[in-house]
Amino acid sequence: MQGFEIVAREDFSDVTYLLEVSHPAMARAARPGQFVIVMSHPEGERIPLTIADYDRAKGTITLVIQAVGKTTREMQQDCVVGSPLYGVTGPMGIPSHIGKAKKVVCVGGGLGVAPVYPQARAYKESGAYVIGIVGFRSKELMFWQDKFGAVCDQLIVCTDDGSAGIKGMVTAGIKKALREHDDIDEFVVIGPPVMMKGCAEATRAHKVKTMVSLNPLMVDGTGMCGGCRVKIGGEVKFACVDGPDFDGHLVDFDDLMTRLRRFTEQEKAATKRWSETCRMATVPHVAAAAEEAELPDPFDEVQGG
Amino acid sequence: MAKKRTIRTIPRERTPMREQPAAERVKNFAEVACGFSQEDALRESERCLLCPDQPCVGGCPVGIDIPGFIERIGQKDFRGAYDVLTDTNLLPAVCGRVCPQENQCEGVCTVGESLEPVAIGRLERWVGDKAIAEGWTGAPYIEPVPYRVGIVGSGPAGVACAADMAKAGCDVTVYEAFHLPGGVLRYGIPDFRLPNEVIDAEIGRLEKLGVKFECNTLVGRLFTIEQMIDELGFHAVFVGTGAGYPTMLGIPGDSLNGVLSANELLTRCNLMRAKEFPNYDTPLPLGRRVAVVGAGNTAMDAMRVCKRLGAEKVYCIYRRSRTECPARAEEVHHAEEEGIEFHWLTNPAEILDDGQGGVRGMRCIRMELGEPDDSGRRRPVPVAGSEHDFECDLVVFAIGTNANPIMGQTSSLKLNKWGYIETDADLATSVAGVYAGGDIVTGAATVIEAMGAGRRAARSMKAYLGIRDPDQPYAIDGRGSAGRMFGLDPQQRNFARIRAA
Repeated sequence: MQGFEIVAREDFSDVTYLLEVSHPAMARAARPGQFVIVMSHPEGERIPLTIADYDRAKGTITLVIQAVGKTTREMQQDCVVGSPLYGVTGPMGIPSHIGKAKKVVCVGGGLGVAPVYPQARAYKESGAYVIGIVGFRSKELMFWQDKFGAVCDQLIVCTDDGSAGIKGMVTAGIKKALREHDDIDEFVVIGPPVMMKGCAEATRAHKVKTMVSLNPLMVDGTGMCGGCRVKIGGEVKFACVDGPDFDGHLVDFDDLMTRLRRFTEQEKAATKRWSETCRMATVPHVAAAAEEAELPDPFDEVQGG
Repeated sequence: MAKKRTIRTIPRERTPMREQPAAERVKNFAEVACGFSQEDALRESERCLLCPDQPCVGGCPVGIDIPGFIERIGQKDFRGAYDVLTDTNLLPAVCGRVCPQENQCEGVCTVGESLEPVAIGRLERWVGDKAIAEGWTGAPYIEPVPYRVGIVGSGPAGVACAADMAKAGCDVTVYEAFHLPGGVLRYGIPDFRLPNEVIDAEIGRLEKLGVKFECNTLVGRLFTIEQMIDELGFHAVFVGTGAGYPTMLGIPGDSLNGVLSANELLTRCNLMRAKEFPNYDTPLPLGRRVAVVGAGNTAMDAMRVCKRLGAEKVYCIYRRSRTECPARAEEVHHAEEEGIEFHWLTNPAEILDDGQGGVRGMRCIRMELGEPDDSGRRRPVPVAGSEHDFECDLVVFAIGTNANPIMGQTSSLKLNKWGYIETDADLATSVAGVYAGGDIVTGAATVIEAMGAGRRAARSMKAYLGIRDPDQPYAIDGRGSAGRMFGLDPQQRNFARIRAA
């Protein structure tokens, strides 16, 4: 088969879905914190997606995707088990540094639970005490609670509406963790930029190392275009080859969020055009998702996925 | 016998090449220069004096037998001309289009001393195009040897090396990180200068030689150079990953949303076909007034792409004067015809914010030329108090590139202080069996220089693998000839084959 075959798919909600892709070489090479660039078809765009899991025995990698823009919605509709992705390149980026930390907090906001999972697992395997904090808007959107919980010594769940765990955002969970443990060595935070910014602020006063994973707009993912440049402590870095992990206390999140809105207009136009012309009417949940009035700013949510 | 040609008997004027009129071509991405007809090529071939000292051959980075192929055109032996070209240059249709001939072969042409030089590039292109149209492959009989060669990067250096190794009988695999092969030819050079069909044809010819292309493969991350040798069973590896990491100017405002590298603009437009958005999904930043900083070939490409995408005004901002401008003469000329506004001796000082993360304009300062610097060009110095603003909504940086860091991050290859791979004179790196060439060794240069490096590396790799090189039967440069007989070099290591027997 041309391309890379999708061997499993799971839908977590109307907008989030999981794809397991056959790519033995990548499964062997992938390490926590790395990402791939996916091109779903020859006319498609190249989108960066963090590797949420990899199975070396089966030779597969797992991607968790949120349908927010044209490409991710189209993939939601078209990617079925047995069909191929046109291009999957990677694993890209510098793998996360799994240091000698004794006690680590892994924070996943929404879709960010998926990419933070490999790091939590790696820390668990290295013998650290792992506290997991996951945050969702409501209970219905939660996924991987058991899978994530299995690699954590303690799991704190936060939901915006209080339908599960603590009512509040992940920062509430961070406060709880900081209250209960005074020997935390490191925080690992993955989620939308605004959430990572909040978490970095919450840990700054405690002077605990806080690593975040940035996922700005990219074209090639190999350090060639400079589209993914981010400001870290006043210096310009390319997230694709210098990151994607950076010290959260040094990241200029406002700059990141502005840059994520670079193509908002074109993205809206493309989504609208696609919704009106190409979408199959037979997929009701996609239609429902598209019309959902409260869909958050796609560029806030696309991060972490 | 034909009368001997002299400077007095040859056509005085260079044969003009048909071009799309400027007013028309700024609305499309079709090729600007339409190429010679057969009559044009025959007429131009008569302008070559076939002079005995052949300065053009020395002027060519790969030493093409230029009088040889031009003479065959004159004899209407077009296939012969193509064979002469492909003896040394694998991609004549590409090089005829993108080489800076005025600084190379044509710059030293004997005819050029008194008249306009012979249009060598245009003739080369004509032969290359003819070969594509006729389907000539130039594939010789290949005697297989039991060696596997891995090439990292499918740009000009990689494909040149791949072709030579394939011709030597090796099993060659080329790895490319993008989803299509071609490297800078594909993502960097726009269609109106180098149509994609030409790249496809040249890649197709390589495939006929038995070269395999593996796209979507990021060497270094998917597997390392060391793994290629130790685990994947490659006997030799060539690294030609190029110098892709774009430089930003480091002035206030250069992370604004309306600021991007020429690499990004060109990649989106050429490789990802963003110019056909929304039929292709990749979006493109569109500017009404575009300022491109830099005046090299990439800058010219970026400006002309913006013009074709519908920008009203396109400015070229360059801190030196036109004399120092590094672009090919033909490109500057075409850009001027297409209405690009050149601001020589102008340097950006700050990019002005529109309050929403976009660009409102650019603050520049005038420069004047002072004493010559290390590069021999007069150093531009700012004129005090000459700051001025002008309006623009897109700024493109085309001010050069640095070494790509991935090879350094993932292998033990020794790098120099700028991050380029260190090699010896034979282009061998610090890891046994691994060779490197092109921009990743020298820093940004031209397509033909990269191809030259790929071929030089191939020669060294053949010696390393113990393959006899029919191009080098009696001498390998600079190593003397003592003890070398019957085409064998004492440095050749044939032990592997003896063991196999």
